[in-house]
Amino acid sequence: MAFDVKEHFLVPRHSLLDSDSVEQIISELGIDKSKLPKIPKGDPAIKEFKPKKGDIVKINRYSPTAGKTTYYRIVD
Amino acid sequence: MKKIHSIDFRVLDPKTIRKMSAIEIKTPDTYDKDGYPMDGGLMDPHLGVINPGLRCKTCGQKMKDCPGHFGSIEFVRPVLHPEFSKKLELIMQSTCQECGRLNLPDDKLKMYESKLEKGDLEVPTKIVRKAKTAKECEHCKAPKEKILLDKPTNFFLGKERIYPTEIREWIEKIPEMDLKLLGYDLEITKPEWFITSVLPVPPITVRPSITLESGVKSEDDLTHKLVDIIRVNLRLNDNIDAGAPQLIIEDLWDLLQYHVTTYYNNNTAGVPPAKHRSGRALRTLVQRLKGKKGRFRHNLTGKRVNFAARSTVSPDSFISINEIGIPQDIANDLTLPEPITEATIDAIKKKIKETDEIQYVARPNGQRRKITDETRDLILEEIEPGFKIERSLQNGDIVLFNRQPSLHRLSMMAHKVRIMDGKTLRINPVVCKPYNADFDGDEMNIHVPQTEEGKSEAQELMYVQNNVISPRYGAPVVVLEEDGVSGVYILTLDSTEFSKDEAMKYFYEMGIKELPKPDKGKNYSGKLIFSQMLPDDLNLEYTSNTCKVLKKTGVCTSACKGDKCPYGAYVKIKDGVLETGVIDSSSLGEAKGILIDTLARQYSSDVIEKFYNMVNRVVSDLLTKKGMTAGLDEYEMSDKIKKASESSIENALKEGTKLVKKYENKTLDIIPGKTLQESFEIGMMRLSAETKEEIEKMIMSEKVQKVLGKNPELNTTVMILSGSRGSSTNLMNIAGFWGQASVREGRPKRGFKNRLITLNEKDDVGLITGGFINQNFMDGMKGKEYFYHSMGGRQGEVDTGVSTKVSGYLYRRLANSLKDLFVETDRTVRTASKNLVQYSYGEDGIFPMKSIKGKSMNVKKSIEKDL
Repeated sequence: MAFDVKEHFLVPRHSLLDSDSVEQIISELGIDKSKLPKIPKGDPAIKEFKPKKGDIVKINRYSPTAGKTTYYRIVD
Repeated sequence: MKKIHSIDFRVLDPKTIRKMSAIEIKTPDTYDKDGYPMDGGLMDPHLGVINPGLRCKTCGQKMKDCPGHFGSIEFVRPVLHPEFSKKLELIMQSTCQECGRLNLPDDKLKMYESKLEKGDLEVPTKIVRKAKTAKECEHCKAPKEKILLDKPTNFFLGKERIYPTEIREWIEKIPEMDLKLLGYDLEITKPEWFITSVLPVPPITVRPSITLESGVKSEDDLTHKLVDIIRVNLRLNDNIDAGAPQLIIEDLWDLLQYHVTTYYNNNTAGVPPAKHRSGRALRTLVQRLKGKKGRFRHNLTGKRVNFAARSTVSPDSFISINEIGIPQDIANDLTLPEPITEATIDAIKKKIKETDEIQYVARPNGQRRKITDETRDLILEEIEPGFKIERSLQNGDIVLFNRQPSLHRLSMMAHKVRIMDGKTLRINPVVCKPYNADFDGDEMNIHVPQTEEGKSEAQELMYVQNNVISPRYGAPVVVLEEDGVSGVYILTLDSTEFSKDEAMKYFYEMGIKELPKPDKGKNYSGKLIFSQMLPDDLNLEYTSNTCKVLKKTGVCTSACKGDKCPYGAYVKIKDGVLETGVIDSSSLGEAKGILIDTLARQYSSDVIEKFYNMVNRVVSDLLTKKGMTAGLDEYEMSDKIKKASESSIENALKEGTKLVKKYENKTLDIIPGKTLQESFEIGMMRLSAETKEEIEKMIMSEKVQKVLGKNPELNTTVMILSGSRGSSTNLMNIAGFWGQASVREGRPKRGFKNRLITLNEKDDVGLITGGFINQNFMDGMKGKEYFYHSMGGRQGEVDTGVSTKVSGYLYRRLANSLKDLFVETDRTVRTASKNLVQYSYGEDGIFPMKSIKGKSMNVKKSIEKDL
């Protein structure tokens, strides 16, 4: 059985945004898509979603300063 | 402005060299006997103009506009470019001299071709490795001899020398596809260009000649080298024309090769460097670019600036923390521009007339003139509003002050100028911490902002009093150190009192106008004097560092009695009056100074500046009067302690033997997760640590009485209690005993077989033989113990050496990688190219400089305040 990185405690929860919320998020941030931080298509944490280029991944992270944070990365 | 999209590097081909050549250089001479440049010589005016006024013969422009033009030298016989000989070797090793094909069968070549198309970058190396071993050509079956490169430029085919002409014929034969497999794209680089038959001659601007004061012209090193090349080239030509023997021609050819090699790189391995007449090695092309003094590191990455000065720093606690003492010599040299207006013109005219403060006058069109005795009267008549002057630095100007390495913002802060006698830069010792400066010879830099924007930006953002709180961890960095803390501690001790005369002097130093009433009969207490430095509405309550030390050393074991603390270790400030407690490092120190923190946060930044001014003045006087010293008698312990220490060591030795016995019988309790031996080692370490702690507490409790009682002894203990320097462990090492020497968190074990040092018996794992030291620095150690101590000392020495080096470089790399990040107006963190890094600064959006130790607010304190 292959090791599932998503089970590891250091890997935060990744989820794929649907197209409606992508638009919403982008307009909320008011930022050009190309300036977003990138995530490779083949990243083990999102591989199973079969992401396409331009999709946005939402990451719920633990943060030592702010407790819980959300981070968005664009599939490259 | 145009943007550079990309740059690629390729080898200059002969066609381009000839095309860009303005003139072919044929004469080795530079100037004729009248001092004019020779036509066709290395200083030919076609190569560019260096005299103002003259026009360039190639482009017709004046000196300012002419960029300089390349010339060329045609070689009679080609020579190798020395930096490419390694490439040529690889090509020749893997190809056939007869047909020029790669020494690999066709099917293999096909295979590599498809691999190359897939983007395998390893193909050329793989091919060379395979093709090198062939004994004969796979295509024309010609036998293959081994190619040897005698570095840097001599090739041998078998035992025969092979010359550049033959090499070029060989290389030219290689078909395009085979070269592609070797990694060459013929559109970009043809390997035959590695053999030069024409050499570009750089413009005169690249190698200007210098006219010395005596009128003698001195040529640049490159020109010298080019002269050599042309001369040998001519001689070679003459000899070939005259039909000289082959041997002579070959010798000259090699000489030409030598000169070309050293022209490119005068440090080529295996080639003696070309020397100047004086014996100095010439600085040729590679030397110009390479290394610390090369074009990149010296001129491009390391640019020098104007309006800057540098000198040694020394302390002066009588200037403000915002001030910087500047020597008159420096102030005279640095200038600041100032516009002349209707309002200032009379004062400026007077200054020009009477002083040398104003050095230049600039017209509105930017034309500048220096004020000298000759020009003074003329300038005085000429100036009017709209002109600008450049005046020397004056008291009160804003300058930037910096110490390398500039690791954080506080390494560069703005100060106010104060011109002083002497030749060093003076700073208040309180600002040492942010700069990480000391006065053992440190040098620091000044920069003078020239514009109004620059000046006000510096004063608002970089002024010392606005940077007391560190932007890194949200607590004070501009703090008193060492003697400063000890001084305030002595001042605020319960026993400190001053007569009216003494107190008045301090009130005067502080600039107090309303005199307080004496609180100790006719005398003034130190606390009262200190209270005068505090703002009237300050209210604080906290425990001092003394309290922590007392708790740690076991002197105070009872529950906290608050402001009724019998040791006076509970600080209570009410309405700006220090009621109880001593002021020590937990009030003043770096990163924990509660008092400084409150002063810097709750009040305008002038308050902290005034506070430091007063503290510095009072403390320096107090310390000279009261004295703070370390005498030998301080470390002479009472009989009680001596006896206790002896018996507890004896006890420890007994316990140690018991442990050893248990270990040998294997009846020792094993710590979970550890082996028997590890448990034993831990047990021994713990035993000696406990023994040491017991005596340490005893010594401290005796010492504390001498400071906290009446007529205190002002010595090392003051430093320990106030937290200004040193710890009870240090005192213990001097006056008690050292205890266990440790190497890498354990007892030292590496030495001889089964024992630490040869003074011990083999296989003895006891306390003493394991590195326990029962002597101290005062009495001195026994021989054995000295060696134990050295083992631990060595590790300490190595650790500081390694960790400062490693962590310094680590921090530098970190700081460099983060320095371009900034917070956008939408509060996201971006890189220089606006790529997003964080959606909110630090994920919580808190600016650490305005934070309270990293948190946005102190909840507990806020609640207390409201209650």
